[in-house]
Amino acid sequence: MQNHFPLWKNGLILIILVVASIYALPNLYGDDPSVQVSSSSTPLAQAQVKQIEDHVKQAGLNSKSVEYTNGQALLRFENTNDQLKAADVLRDKMGNDATVALNLAPATPAWLNAFGAKPMYLGLDLRGGVHFLLEVDMEAAIKQAQERYTDDVRTALRTAKVHYVSVGRDKDRIKVQLKSAEEVEAATQAINKDLSSLKFESVENLNELILTIPEVEQREIKKFALTQNITTLRNRVNELGVAEPVIQQQGDNRIVVQLPGVQDTARAKDILGTTATLEYRLVDVEHDVQKAVQGRVPIGSRLYYEKNGNPILLDSRVIVTGDQIVDASSGLDQNNSPAVFITLNGVGAKKMGKVTQESIGKPMAVVFIEYKIKTREVNGEKLRIKEKVEKVISVATIRDAFSKRFQTTGLDNPQEARNLALLLRAGALAAPVDIIEERTIGPSLGQDNINQGMNSVIVGFVVVMVFMVFYYKVFGLVANFALTFNLVLIISLLSLLQATLTLPGIAGIVLTIGMAVDANVLINERIREEINNGNTPQASIFAGYEKAFGTIFDSNITTLLVALILFGFGTGPVKGFAVTLSIGILSSMFTAIMGSRMLINWIYGNRRVEKLSI
Amino acid sequence: MIIKDIDFLGKRTLAFAVSGLLVLISIISLATQGLQMGIDFTGGTIVEVGYKESADLSVIRNALAEGGFSDASVQHFGSTKDVLIRLKPQEGISSSELSNKVLDVINKKTSERAELRRVEFVGPQVGDELAEDGGLALLYAMFGILIYVAWRFEYKFSVGSVVALIHDVIITMGFFSLLGLEFDLTVLAAVLAVVGYSINDTIVVFDRIRDNFKMLRKEESITIINVSINETLSRTLMTSFTTIIVVVALAVLGGQTIHNFALALLVGISVGTYSSIFIASAIVLSMGVTQEDLMEPVKEGVDIDNMP
Repeated sequence: MQNHFPLWKNGLILIILVVASIYALPNLYGDDPSVQVSSSSTPLAQAQVKQIEDHVKQAGLNSKSVEYTNGQALLRFENTNDQLKAADVLRDKMGNDATVALNLAPATPAWLNAFGAKPMYLGLDLRGGVHFLLEVDMEAAIKQAQERYTDDVRTALRTAKVHYVSVGRDKDRIKVQLKSAEEVEAATQAINKDLSSLKFESVENLNELILTIPEVEQREIKKFALTQNITTLRNRVNELGVAEPVIQQQGDNRIVVQLPGVQDTARAKDILGTTATLEYRLVDVEHDVQKAVQGRVPIGSRLYYEKNGNPILLDSRVIVTGDQIVDASSGLDQNNSPAVFITLNGVGAKKMGKVTQESIGKPMAVVFIEYKIKTREVNGEKLRIKEKVEKVISVATIRDAFSKRFQTTGLDNPQEARNLALLLRAGALAAPVDIIEERTIGPSLGQDNINQGMNSVIVGFVVVMVFMVFYYKVFGLVANFALTFNLVLIISLLSLLQATLTLPGIAGIVLTIGMAVDANVLINERIREEINNGNTPQASIFAGYEKAFGTIFDSNITTLLVALILFGFGTGPVKGFAVTLSIGILSSMFTAIMGSRMLINWIYGNRRVEKLSI
Repeated sequence: MIIKDIDFLGKRTLAFAVSGLLVLISIISLATQGLQMGIDFTGGTIVEVGYKESADLSVIRNALAEGGFSDASVQHFGSTKDVLIRLKPQEGISSSELSNKVLDVINKKTSERAELRRVEFVGPQVGDELAEDGGLALLYAMFGILIYVAWRFEYKFSVGSVVALIHDVIITMGFFSLLGLEFDLTVLAAVLAVVGYSINDTIVVFDRIRDNFKMLRKEESITIINVSINETLSRTLMTSFTTIIVVVALAVLGGQTIHNFALALLVGISVGTYSSIFIASAIVLSMGVTQEDLMEPVKEGVDIDNMP
């Protein structure tokens, strides 16, 4: 029996076709404009969802549906107008504790959702939004670690009662200067005891110790800086109220942030890029500030300036830093001036409690730290330099031992208080970040891109189909079925993998359609040749498929090789293109070889055929 | 329908001359004017804005010049209602604030508010890396093909296919250089796609040559290769034709953002089709391919019997 597939083969192909169709289907339903409400601290309670519904109803808006999943509420609306109004209402009513974000929720029907079928994930170029590529300043991360260690070394020496002249950072190293060579041994022991990871370097000067952070630990510090920054950025993005943000590591020191649907890029950039944090330090009241201004800063103190420009001496030891702050909110203090209410974690609270207990009646200062990028001209060349801006935002006398919760005042306006609270709440960046790439796609351009891309897919597809029928008749028709199956398979695979579909990705699909014909053309041309050589129709079909297979395999595998290399080395559009191209090659091989043959077998197989329509 | 007897290889001297000339022109153009690199590679900022009515470019230019962006290039993009503003990498202003500032500046001067369609900023170091990655991808793709073809066929064939690919890539890039078209990341993707397409085309011809070397043992190499090209000709033209149809659809309907991508594909596929007919096999012939070269490694029959 020639040209007859066994039942299992037919069954397998049909099952794949049905499954592919199910997973491709969600793409036909489009999106609902919707509003996503989540809470910044605890998950939303079921009761709050009811409340949200009521708020919307009171405003005279009708939501299509309200869903509650994973502590988030999703309200769907008929149109963007209702959606925007509802978002405004909810922002008003829910206040500080909820994040209200605009979203486009897939309108996939429930029965499809039950299969886990989702529409393709559209890239920013197709739906609008912002893409940032951030680079983490690793030098700064290392420098911060060195500063931390310098403090720790000092503490270790003091606890061990070793007298030192100075401990300070010297290029990439920590330099400890001791009074005499005798004390070197004691100092070495003290450091070894408390800070065993530091590496000692050989020194020429007998009174000196040179310490470095070992390579391994430096790598750890960098890795930590990256993951810490990703966590922090995720927190900050959540505060911005963005639905489905993407925050991912790229390479060793870069982070990709994608915010679909965001238009206010200025605010997004402010929030993402700012490294602002607070430090609490005691004020040094023993030494003379004026002398310090002239250059004689006493050991153990540092010179700062207040916002009004007055110099002030602060203890060089930090009581608590921003990363010990677990919560912060803004509001007004008893004098009606803007304030930030701060909650510390256990370690921070303990330290703060101890220091304030011991220092009642003494003044304490709050230092606001921010990294800014400045441009400086050096030898005619403009250099971008990161500058650490530190200013004392408030000085107040400690009246009582601080507890876990307390307030910080001295901010200029409520907006500043709000921003600071947000930044503190979201945690500090472990190291400053730089925006090195930014792409914003407006929503109208995104829509245009989708429409035009889809149009070209459809037009190209239809023209090719018409041509195939014209040129290969019945075999052309069969090829068209295979081609359609191929398109369904590509779309379902892209949906299933939730690979991001971008404009070049659409182009990849278009190109695949053109090239997918190739396998069918190869097969059909072979069949024609066999017929011309005088073979019977059945034998020609059989030989056509068998002989074309080797060619199809070789030529497609080389193309796949190229696609995989593109995927490995490419970024952005190149990668998106490579994904669709690879999927397209594999699915077109399957549909052209197996799918079309099944149909041909149904039409011609297993019976006497006088003439083929090819 | 199947044309059996065009003497393609007889015209190989002419084909080499034509190809040599095209490659030479391309190289000269690439060397003298280079490629009009897009901001993906150079770094910088582009801002695309849309207006409801036709926009007057001179107003926008003046506004930008007054706002301190004297080196901005302003042009229509696709239609007279859409405007593309390009700025070189600037160190003076914090890059991340640039786009907002540009928008402010032009909105102050033009009567109608511009709708922001797209902003892209790429730092200079990112651009360098992209160019490097792209070049590497191209190199590795060629290398991978070289090895695969040498393994599946024979080294003379892999030289033929890779030379044809380099030919296609140089001419496609030369086309962009000559016309001063912008070469960005999507165009690079297109060039790489051309590599994929062209190798596909070439392999089909090679495959037939290999078959025919086994079947037509008595014939001379030149005859066998000629017959092979003729036998696969209708397939080559047919596939190129359908691919070109969809690429033309993409070029015409795909929108401005993807226009250059489609154009690169169009040129590349045309050149690729030509090279797989006239160049790849001719090189294999010129290297003196013989039947013995192909005798050993092939075990096609075994493969096929196990296949569906």
